[in-house]
Amino acid sequence: MTGRRTVACVYVPAAALACWGLARTLWGGVAEPGNALAFGVLIAVGEVVRRHPAERAGPSPDHRPSTSRFAAPLLPGQREGAPLGAAGALAYALLGEAGGRPTGHGVPQTVAVVVAAGLVGLVPYVVRGGSPALDPLARRVLTVGFAATCFQPLYNTGTLRTWGATGPLCPLFLVGLLALTALCDAVLAAALARARTGWPYGPLLRDELRALPGIGSAICATGVVMALATAVAGLWALPVFCLPLLLTQFAFRRYANVRATYRQTIASLARATEIAGYTPHGHARRVAALSRAVGRELGLSAPDLDVLEYAALMHDIGQLSLVDPVPGGATAPLPPAEQRRIALLGGAVVRQTGVPSEVAVIVERQADPFREQPVTARIVRTVNAYDDLAARSAGPGAPLRALEGLRLATAQDHEPRVVEALSRVLARGGRAG
Amino acid sequence: MRELPVTARVYIGCAALAAALCAAPAPRLGAAAPWTGALALAALYGLCERLRRCPLADGLRRRAGGAGEESGTFPPGWATPVLLAGALLLPPPLAALTAVPGALLAPAAAPWPATRRLWHAAELALACWTAAQVFRALGPHPLSAPRFPLLLLPAVAASVAFCGVLAALDGGVLAVAERHPVGSAWRGLLTRSLGPHLVHGLAGLMMAVLWRSVYGPPAALLVLLPVYLSCWVFAQYHRERAAHQATIRALVQAVDIKDRYTRGHSERVGRASVMIARELGMAQSRLEVLRFAGILHDVGKLGVPTRLLRKDGPLTPEERRIIELHPEYGHEIVRGIGFLGEARAAILHHHERVDGRGYPYGLTGRQIPEFARVVAVADAFDAMTSTRSYRRARPVPAAVAELRRCAGAQFDPRMVRALAAALDRHGWRPDEVAAQEPDPALPVAGGHVPPARAPRPGAGQGGVR
Repeated sequence: MTGRRTVACVYVPAAALACWGLARTLWGGVAEPGNALAFGVLIAVGEVVRRHPAERAGPSPDHRPSTSRFAAPLLPGQREGAPLGAAGALAYALLGEAGGRPTGHGVPQTVAVVVAAGLVGLVPYVVRGGSPALDPLARRVLTVGFAATCFQPLYNTGTLRTWGATGPLCPLFLVGLLALTALCDAVLAAALARARTGWPYGPLLRDELRALPGIGSAICATGVVMALATAVAGLWALPVFCLPLLLTQFAFRRYANVRATYRQTIASLARATEIAGYTPHGHARRVAALSRAVGRELGLSAPDLDVLEYAALMHDIGQLSLVDPVPGGATAPLPPAEQRRIALLGGAVVRQTGVPSEVAVIVERQADPFREQPVTARIVRTVNAYDDLAARSAGPGAPLRALEGLRLATAQDHEPRVVEALSRVLARGGRAG
Repeated sequence: MRELPVTARVYIGCAALAAALCAAPAPRLGAAAPWTGALALAALYGLCERLRRCPLADGLRRRAGGAGEESGTFPPGWATPVLLAGALLLPPPLAALTAVPGALLAPAAAPWPATRRLWHAAELALACWTAAQVFRALGPHPLSAPRFPLLLLPAVAASVAFCGVLAALDGGVLAVAERHPVGSAWRGLLTRSLGPHLVHGLAGLMMAVLWRSVYGPPAALLVLLPVYLSCWVFAQYHRERAAHQATIRALVQAVDIKDRYTRGHSERVGRASVMIARELGMAQSRLEVLRFAGILHDVGKLGVPTRLLRKDGPLTPEERRIIELHPEYGHEIVRGIGFLGEARAAILHHHERVDGRGYPYGLTGRQIPEFARVVAVADAFDAMTSTRSYRRARPVPAAVAELRRCAGAQFDPRMVRALAAALDRHGWRPDEVAAQEPDPALPVAGGHVPPARAPRPGAGQGGVR
């Protein structure tokens, strides 16, 4: 399997680097133990307060395991779960002097401190019974090793000085170096994500790169500032500058929590139509999961996938305003004018929920011919029709018959590209149906 | 457009005059003063204030997905570390001048944008001047050779002074220009802004230290990036929270699509429930959940056929049985919302009676969850005191008397006593719910909220019993 090979390609060099760093450090002794301890504690604290991917909540607790592979994406703050740890590790890699005195820790000790602190940071999580998240640690070791290899020899041999990268130019050099490091990290992260999930590499890398200007730039800037401030003011710079970053991490966590409950609330609102008897049980959830998978197949970006999921969850909400339920909850057999009326009513409800207006637009345009719809609305429409059709014709051949029905309607109602993406998703996973 | 009150003009004029007096000694500082640094910081602050959108923030906004239109803009006040760094680096008159161009260039809201700009410039100049004076008063601290634990004290004192001056001046302008009552204009201003300003103070200190170091201003600029991200995340958190509350409100309004019987009932039940709980001394976090329990108690009506909810006239036993399913439907709808916690049980059991003749499970006494007993009393109280199409509202004392009569059979006497005591103390102002409680923590009513019309066993429609 290519996935396993990718993981091995990341883990083996990371493990080799870690072993080399630890062995060299144990052999030669620790240079400046105070610095090593301070940065080690900082990185370990950053890792302890890391947000583990397992903690993230899906739309609702009754999310069945079969759909979990279409589950929620990572938030911008979760992409790098431990910004404080990352910034601290990069700062240690870029530390040329402390309080005006040159430092003697080279690449091996940098790697050793990062590995040791990372392992310590994993302890509380393992004690609580979780399985350790080794992917971030492997990535951290490789990226920090890269940054330290680029910086420490150049600095210690005085090559940087001969290049003129001292004084005001030094921060610029460091920023450039970390930008390069961040790019490498994005490539690694996307490769690991592809190996773990099997999603296409292109959109994953694009999502990683899009996250870079946000949290990524802040981490890099913090790493540079910490390294330079420690060089000027000694180790006191660490606590002074960690406080803002720790607060940021805390805010990210609260933000992630409120987003999780927000998703739960939307999912509950979506369930209201099922409980009211307007739509079959689990319909909204199935359409949302399958729409997300199809959107991913078509290469939509992460924010578009969120919008798509919300819209899919709420696409039937307009039916609440009907005095009597539509038979089977399927609006497809109704006359187009009636379908549009229901879609508009749904859009009006969705506008009140505070979700982005794109979501309301998707719901409103449900019943339009696909050529007039945005691509997200086409996906919801097709997946919704598929779920209705598959539910109506029970039996082993139901998905195929439903797909056949959709293919016959590609002249006006359904876009051929979306139908084909849906059939590929169904052929691969099948379980979402 | 409203005319700016004369007192406000005088107040702002005085502030501007004071700021000018603070900055007046600047020309006498001579060529030895750090004019270049002041100019650079002023330009930086002006740039920060002028930039309302940047590609970086747009990228973040797209990632955030769930937020509104404005989330690409900079959070207000994020550039404060620049001013605080200026206060530490520059002599007081120059520090005061640093804030002026930025404040004058920044976009200001209507009405009176020009006056607002002048006001912001004056108050920021005064705050910077005070912070710089405080920093200098606490002894000489060479920033080029920082002695660290000692340096923290004057830096923190300077940022506290900055924040204090801003809070004091802001309270004053709220009182004279926005006509807030004098007693409450200053309430919460200092406590709310102290935390962020302390963090900004530390960032400003770091900027100042790096500015004076061999690495110079480029390193100092980098400090702004994490600060910006921190402000952005906090702003994003608040937006997301508001969106979440809008969604809760939409859940209630979805009921309204089906049943337009009464308006504001859910919010009033939430409010009465909180009154009871305060009287019982419940913790603040539980109050919040209980408010949601009150607001969402009838969400299960979504599951009842619309025809039945809108039916006028007496219900058949069959129809009544269907309507009595609504607590179970409601529980089914909200059971996936983790943060509702105890509120979910309250939604399921708010029609139980302490004598065991309620529904859906016929629980008795203490078997009924505490929140459900609270919501039951609040629900019945509001049903009696509000006007329905089939009868007029009863006065509050009559409703309380009726609740007292039913205490022990239908209601928990403790909750009834608590409600009566709370009503004696605070009174009942049902109309104020939507308009006068701008508490950010509670979903303010859209005013379209459905009734508790489900008839109880053995009672006439809409009655208490």
